[in-house]
Amino acid sequence: MSEAFSAQKYLRDIKPPFCAGCGAYTVTNVFLRAVHELGYEDLKKFVFCSGIGCSAWIPSPHFIADSVHTLHGRSLPVATGIKLMRPEANVVVFGGDGDIVGIGMSHFIHAARRNLDALVIMVNNMVYGMTGGQVAPTTPLRSKTTTTPYGSFEHPLDAARLAVTAGASYVARWTTINTNELKETIKKALKLKGFRFIEVVSQCPTAFGRRAGFKDAGEMLKWFKQNQVPLIEAEKMSEEQLMGKIIVGEFVTRERATLVETAYAIIEEAQAKVEKD
Amino acid sequence: MKKSTSNTYFWSGNEACAEAAITAGCRFFAGYPITPSSEIAEHLAKRLPQIGGIAIQMEDELASIGAIVGASWAGVKAFTATSGPGFSLMQEGIGYAFMTETPIVIVDAQRAGPSTGQATKCGQGDVMQARWGTHGDYSAIALSPNSVQEMFTLTIKAFNLAEKYRTPVVLLADEIVAHMREQVRVPLPESIEIIDRRKPEAGDKAFFGLEEVPPMPAVGEGCNIVVTGSTHDEYGIRVTADPVPHRRLVERLNSKIQNHADELADSETYGIDECEVGIVSYGCTSRSIYEAVEKAEKKGIKTGFARLRTLWPFPDKIIRKLAETAKVIIVPEMNLKQIFYEVERAACGDSRIVPLNKIGGGEMITPEELFSKIMETSRK
Repeated sequence: MSEAFSAQKYLRDIKPPFCAGCGAYTVTNVFLRAVHELGYEDLKKFVFCSGIGCSAWIPSPHFIADSVHTLHGRSLPVATGIKLMRPEANVVVFGGDGDIVGIGMSHFIHAARRNLDALVIMVNNMVYGMTGGQVAPTTPLRSKTTTTPYGSFEHPLDAARLAVTAGASYVARWTTINTNELKETIKKALKLKGFRFIEVVSQCPTAFGRRAGFKDAGEMLKWFKQNQVPLIEAEKMSEEQLMGKIIVGEFVTRERATLVETAYAIIEEAQAKVEKD
Repeated sequence: MKKSTSNTYFWSGNEACAEAAITAGCRFFAGYPITPSSEIAEHLAKRLPQIGGIAIQMEDELASIGAIVGASWAGVKAFTATSGPGFSLMQEGIGYAFMTETPIVIVDAQRAGPSTGQATKCGQGDVMQARWGTHGDYSAIALSPNSVQEMFTLTIKAFNLAEKYRTPVVLLADEIVAHMREQVRVPLPESIEIIDRRKPEAGDKAFFGLEEVPPMPAVGEGCNIVVTGSTHDEYGIRVTADPVPHRRLVERLNSKIQNHADELADSETYGIDECEVGIVSYGCTSRSIYEAVEKAEKKGIKTGFARLRTLWPFPDKIIRKLAETAKVIIVPEMNLKQIFYEVERAACGDSRIVPLNKIGGGEMITPEELFSKIMETSRK
């Protein structure tokens, strides 16, 4: 880490599509800073996958690396094919909440169950931003969106806890105000194996904030600051007290055989059996 | 059993397909159980690990086609096998593979639809879905085997075409050819043509254009590939509004197939230069034509046929040729007239086109039924 950090080193000279105040800038910057601090001079060892939505544009086409911008919700199946056939590649998936736990929910659960060797960074802006601000599976109860003009009448999903239940090796959640914690978490996750899930609660001032009652991105960051609760404290709180709170921290770190390990063990077994026969 | 070598086997169509995929160089399979294609997955689950490959059962068909697209970009030949309901779910992935120029093979062992239909019974109702199933302007390659032997040879051909044209190729099989058992002659490995995708040379950067079929690198090779299903330029960079790159890309993707329609056309023909009655047939249904034609000829009716191995792009020329002499062309199908209208279009009014359709219960059109149709139409 002798050289000073420059995000530009890892980025193509293409204007990003994100609105002013978008949390995707923070996530891009923090991820690249983590990569830099781990000593990666470039992104050649990585393969990035993403689906459809604003967050899918974080790696593709911006990162100077291999990137596969897939269909809406299907980044994880594509990542599964890539990782199984290129086990040496460091597969990182970026996606929004709609992409990963809306339309792609089933793949998310199964990838965690298989313990697919991939780091998934889900930028949770609580809304379908790219399509103009429709309700998402992560939208807080009573929040106004374009398709819930009277406020959402559905309970939001806790993606981090779902990942834990499904079998992920590592799960953490931070908001875009916890840049240092997020960076350290990304660094840690990049060194671990198996299915690693980092949820970043992020502000979308354009498509979510202004309808949900926040006048700008800064107001949203204040909301994160006032409402985030460290996991250790949350464990002592009642469900009622936790309504509308954002629980942050590391949810799990555990060792479990990964998909690449289990699949390649089968190849070895099958080949040994053929030789014996 | 080691890699299938030159010999004669007694295989089911699904086994022949799975072994052919291995012969073609496939090392990755992802699928979801569905009748009548599941035996392909079962066979490969045993065979692929023996040769260092992987067969994985995904959570659904959306994931299955996604996984094979990923494996293909990892530099490996990959395929999936399904039937109608799964084929419907795979359409989004087929469009993605077309747009991203990803070589993959999709086997659709057709059954009686729509919807769940008669899950264990044969049908030929996915012919038009194989052509037009995904959204947007695209061109399809679909092959139609009519025997277990052809489940072997056309599976290899499907991989070869996918690699050559960098596009998804559908092997449009059906329950009957998938499940029946027949003798299969596997030729010597050195006599089987295997085509691999063209890899880029040092300095190549345009993996999505400039040439009709651009070279294809794999991820992890340091080429910094940008793969996207959005409209993109020759280097993979998205162009979401400018009309010119969209036209250039989508027109090239279509013309790289349509311009080679003659080369892709593959059929078995008999007596088409001089016949009174012609038959255009494909898949399991075409197994009845030989006996029917023989009977008709004994009755003094000059009968010819074109048995199509390539359904898409539609082989217009062979139909044109048949229409030059045949007064009547019969199109037997186990659906409610899907190829019929294509034949009518290609014949340009030179022949009277007569349908012969039968659906349900997996009942085939028998040689007798076809013979009766020949007699009936030739008398008019």
